[in-house]
Amino acid sequence: MKRRHFLQVSASTTAALSLGFVLPSGAQTGNAQEVNAWIDIHADESIVIRYARTEMGQGSRTSAPMLIAEELEVDWKKVRIEDVQAHENLKRKRTYGDMASVGSRTIRNSQEYLRKAGASARMMLVQAAAQRWGVPLNECQAVKGKVVHTPSKKSFSYGQLAADASKLSPPTDIPLKDPASWTLAGKSIPRVDMHDIVTGKIRFGVDTQLPGMLHAAIAQSPVFGSKVVSIDSSKVDNRRGIVKVLNMGEFVAVVADNWWRAKEALRDVSIEWESGKYAQVNSAGLMKLYREGLSQSDAAVARQDGNAVATLEKASKVIEAEYYTPYLAHATLEPMVCTALLQGDQLQIWVSTQNPESSLAAAASTAEVPQENVKVFAMQMGGGLGRKSPQDFTRQAVAIAKQLPGKPIKLMWSREEDTQHDLYRPASLVKVRASIQADGKPDALHIRVSAPSIFSQLLRMPLQNGVDSQAVASFNDHPYAIPHCLVDFAQRSAHVPVGFWRTVGHSQNPFVRECFLDELAHAAGVDPLAYRLSLLPNNEKANRDRGILQAVAKAADWDKPLPAGVFRGIGQTDGYGSHTACVCEVSVNAKGEVRIHRIVIGIDPGYAVNPDNIQAQLQGSVVHGLTAIFWGEMTVKDGRIEQSNFHDYRMMRMNEMPKVQTVIASSGGFWGGVGEPAQAPLAPALGNALFAATGKRLRSLPLKNHGLSLVKA
Amino acid sequence: MKLNVNGQIHQLDVEPEMPLLWALRDELDIKGPKYGCGIALCGACTVLLNGEPVRSCSYPVSSAAGQQVVSIEGLATKGKLHAVQKAWIDHQVPQCGYCQGGQMLAAVALLKKKPKPTDEDIDAAMTNICRCGTYARMRTAIHAAARQAGQS
Repeated sequence: MKRRHFLQVSASTTAALSLGFVLPSGAQTGNAQEVNAWIDIHADESIVIRYARTEMGQGSRTSAPMLIAEELEVDWKKVRIEDVQAHENLKRKRTYGDMASVGSRTIRNSQEYLRKAGASARMMLVQAAAQRWGVPLNECQAVKGKVVHTPSKKSFSYGQLAADASKLSPPTDIPLKDPASWTLAGKSIPRVDMHDIVTGKIRFGVDTQLPGMLHAAIAQSPVFGSKVVSIDSSKVDNRRGIVKVLNMGEFVAVVADNWWRAKEALRDVSIEWESGKYAQVNSAGLMKLYREGLSQSDAAVARQDGNAVATLEKASKVIEAEYYTPYLAHATLEPMVCTALLQGDQLQIWVSTQNPESSLAAAASTAEVPQENVKVFAMQMGGGLGRKSPQDFTRQAVAIAKQLPGKPIKLMWSREEDTQHDLYRPASLVKVRASIQADGKPDALHIRVSAPSIFSQLLRMPLQNGVDSQAVASFNDHPYAIPHCLVDFAQRSAHVPVGFWRTVGHSQNPFVRECFLDELAHAAGVDPLAYRLSLLPNNEKANRDRGILQAVAKAADWDKPLPAGVFRGIGQTDGYGSHTACVCEVSVNAKGEVRIHRIVIGIDPGYAVNPDNIQAQLQGSVVHGLTAIFWGEMTVKDGRIEQSNFHDYRMMRMNEMPKVQTVIASSGGFWGGVGEPAQAPLAPALGNALFAATGKRLRSLPLKNHGLSLVKA
Repeated sequence: MKLNVNGQIHQLDVEPEMPLLWALRDELDIKGPKYGCGIALCGACTVLLNGEPVRSCSYPVSSAAGQQVVSIEGLATKGKLHAVQKAWIDHQVPQCGYCQGGQMLAAVALLKKKPKPTDEDIDAAMTNICRCGTYARMRTAIHAAARQAGQS
């Protein structure tokens, strides 16, 4: 109970800091000593560990500090977590490194410096104790917040040593623990923010409240890229609560004393938009654009082993197929939101962001103030899913705040704006061809991807050799032993804005790769698991793929028969540094009702820092994936997205949730992510199960377009 | 009008058609109920009105006047967590947490009506959207809260 209370206080402090009520930290008041940038040790033996990424439910506000605490040798019950803000990182010359929570990166990219921060502080505390006792270092040992002199059993607490330790030079050679000897990391530890969540105390970006704050609702052009021609706000100018109606060129904003008043008024502002050159675009035309990419002669080469084209040309047996995956919206339950306050040349923002450093840069450039003048308070996010890394909404909030200096402005998008102005998971049309040898195995494979490029469209980055690595993900690095392989990319740029959607390229390409492999297995008359195993060579990556594939197959009783009418499919992938596999068991009736009897989904992330949290990510990946697989599709008509809210962009609910069994098989020796990779093998496992059940190969998503619905088993 | 929220009476001067959600959030700074869709589909805005779950984004504040509104902030009594909140922590249900206030209130209303709910009861009552996908854990936590209440 004591721990929970302690962590509760901690999270409230974080929330308070996030809201700009700056509490003097212990280090400033003299009650605490900063041993290094990540760690404060208080006189009462409590420990502050800093967390420098953001939290959207992925759980790393807990698991990242666990790695520091593990090496520091402290009692987790005495640890409080404090969020680092982007302006503090800027001031300290980025000592906290990258702050972005994207790409399932937090643990795998920061584990080494986090563990070293903990180990380094521990070594300095031990050295301080040894010096005070005048004894050799090797007679001293750190144990649960104390340094013990082993021969005499004398001890000093960390609190007694912190001031001396902080004066020492940090060690340069910092050995880390063998993960096999971990006592905290690797255990299922409750998340530190749960109490504040279940009591409603935690403050999300939408919950920012500041004295004199105003609310903004905006409308952006329904046709992407069109600008405002004119507005007429005469109907609402004198309406209760309306402060200002702004023509911002690319959008129209109503600022009011209550968000509902702003949003209602916005409906009565008449806006003339440029008709725009994209007003004729529709989904059928976009499909034509992608289809042209399939026959483009000079596609960019993403992978070339041997000579696939020549081998296919002279092959006696070729299997080919075309797969399509659609545009998808993120639909985080908390829409885009940012609060901005510009006072003179000083700017503060409170924002739901996956990338606080990008928020800072975007805010500074929009306000035209130096970055040093900006404070960013990264709030708890009501989901991120990749949408809250780009900063369009931050720029908008700051632009509005510039029009109302001295007033805090909270911009929140409506669900309709959020659905129709997303940065969508790109659609992708893929053609796959394989030549088959007498033994049923492929000797050549050609995968042509025709799709937009996120890197080129969203990030405006030049593509290396013309290839977008996400567009060809899981194709360009497929593990299978196929001597001749060509993967090429025909970039197709449409006006529909695209972005990083949870699991990105791995959310769609594994459906193609692993379903096509299933087609080959069936053509060869070989069990799909055995077929995969026979194609996996003996190398590090393929061995890990094989490991998780076999672990999941075993958990799913692959060798045992299923009840009559129930069928299964399997899929396997690797991405974000982790290896994943999935088995789905389904039955389908004549009405097209799909019952999922069981999903077994597994991951090998190398090391499992907080296993219960990883299980939660796997369970969540299934829901996110099934939602997209059954219903997810954004369609375009007259240059605009047709869907607008949850009535036509359907989300999965409790009554559709199938039984999910998780496998966490950490084999060690590498560090992989957990937030995204598990979604990858789900769609192919389900697609392959549906083929087994119906004999019909479904090569496009969502399944609703094939007359299928999800019904509880 | 007078609005009773979590046992406290608030005086409000707002349009009668203002949705309860926006009276709570922007007039009274009660931020537990969240905006998700604005058309009563997602349930992030769920509050209890005389013990019944309502989607406050589509419920006029004037219709709530004189009745008992409970938001997630009012679920714990005198600092003691409700059995549902406790079960939510024990089973580590929330991920981002955004929908969870509404989810817990829906669960509280369900357990009041059906102290020992079946899976079918849970499916029928728990209709709020969770984008993180915590459905399996919510189900486990509801059964656990029911057992807990049965024991005390």
